[in-house]
Amino acid sequence: MSRADALVSADWAEENLNTDGVVFVEVDEDTSAYDGGHIAGAVKLDWKTELQDQVRRDFVNKEQFEALLSAKGIGNDDTVVLYGGNNNWFAAYAYWYFKLYGHQNVKLLDGGRKKWELDGRELSKDAVSRAATTYQAKDQDTSIRAFRDETVEAIGKKNLVDVRSPDEFSGKLLAPAHLPQEQSQRGGHIPTALNVPWSKTANEDGTFKSDDEIRKIYADEGLDEGRDTIAYCRIGERSSHTWFALHELLGYENVKNYDGSWTEYGSLVGVPIEKTA
Amino acid sequence: MCGAPAQTPTLPASVDLEKETVIYGVVSQNDAPVPAAYVRLLDGTGEFTAEVVTSATGDFRFFAAPGNWTLSVLHKDGKARKDVVATGPGLVEASLQLS
Repeated sequence: MSRADALVSADWAEENLNTDGVVFVEVDEDTSAYDGGHIAGAVKLDWKTELQDQVRRDFVNKEQFEALLSAKGIGNDDTVVLYGGNNNWFAAYAYWYFKLYGHQNVKLLDGGRKKWELDGRELSKDAVSRAATTYQAKDQDTSIRAFRDETVEAIGKKNLVDVRSPDEFSGKLLAPAHLPQEQSQRGGHIPTALNVPWSKTANEDGTFKSDDEIRKIYADEGLDEGRDTIAYCRIGERSSHTWFALHELLGYENVKNYDGSWTEYGSLVGVPIEKTA
Repeated sequence: MCGAPAQTPTLPASVDLEKETVIYGVVSQNDAPVPAAYVRLLDGTGEFTAEVVTSATGDFRFFAAPGNWTLSVLHKDGKARKDVVATGPGLVEASLQLS
């Protein structure tokens, strides 16, 4: 995987709005942004209600994912271009999620909704409907998904990358500062984790920095390229952004996203926590 | 303070201002509120902490902590930046003008 395979520019997107076989998908936690104007022809995915099981804390299963994509009019052979707000956090999460269920042709729009808006590019309020498909997903590829036991086991052995802000890493804040501070039971971070905030890999307009810049950031922070890596944040969305940078842009192998992240780890009984606040 | 009095932000009922440090304000340009501006909260070292998009009335808010912060705003029509000090829990008003 490389940048050319995984990332498309806003210019490329604008030129391919009407290309057959290219489906734009806006992914957000709060879909009111989509309703107020979206890239022409884009369908929306609601991170909270469509990609999460509504009873257990887990993803929708393979059959539910198939039904979801079929209803959205996304086919197995379509090139899916994902974008969203929050600096593409949830779009990167959806990218990882599509890969988890084996969709091959998926790309992230560099800079997402933010870059699109800052460029003053056109947004549409027109309703979008696509003919239903019969989508077939694969079994989850758990080579890119880490669970809690594996994460505890990785302490001191694998690269653990905590991509939250320094104040969440230290334990001063329990959640990103646009959310009330009421999340996990305990604050802090997993012992031996590096703190490389997701934002270090991005420019202020939300686009990714160059591969060389990103590689240097992780090297300077002490990431050991010879070891497997697990990235985590609070709920797994910002760490999807980092997973994307490491696995898709830089092409590092054996990188997993721990989607349980701090809201799970920080509420586990008996696991070690480091706190520096 | 010049101009219109600062608006008190609308907060979820669960927010306890004895404990929470809420940094809030309005982004405006030529005294008109600016919706859909991207407001970043940077910590004392300049590192990203959070980002929100202003509401239809130009409002934003962050749940932060006592300390030194910087607000950085991007919009297609301009930019703004401001340092903010939160001395303790409660409301801290920090409005910005795009230039």
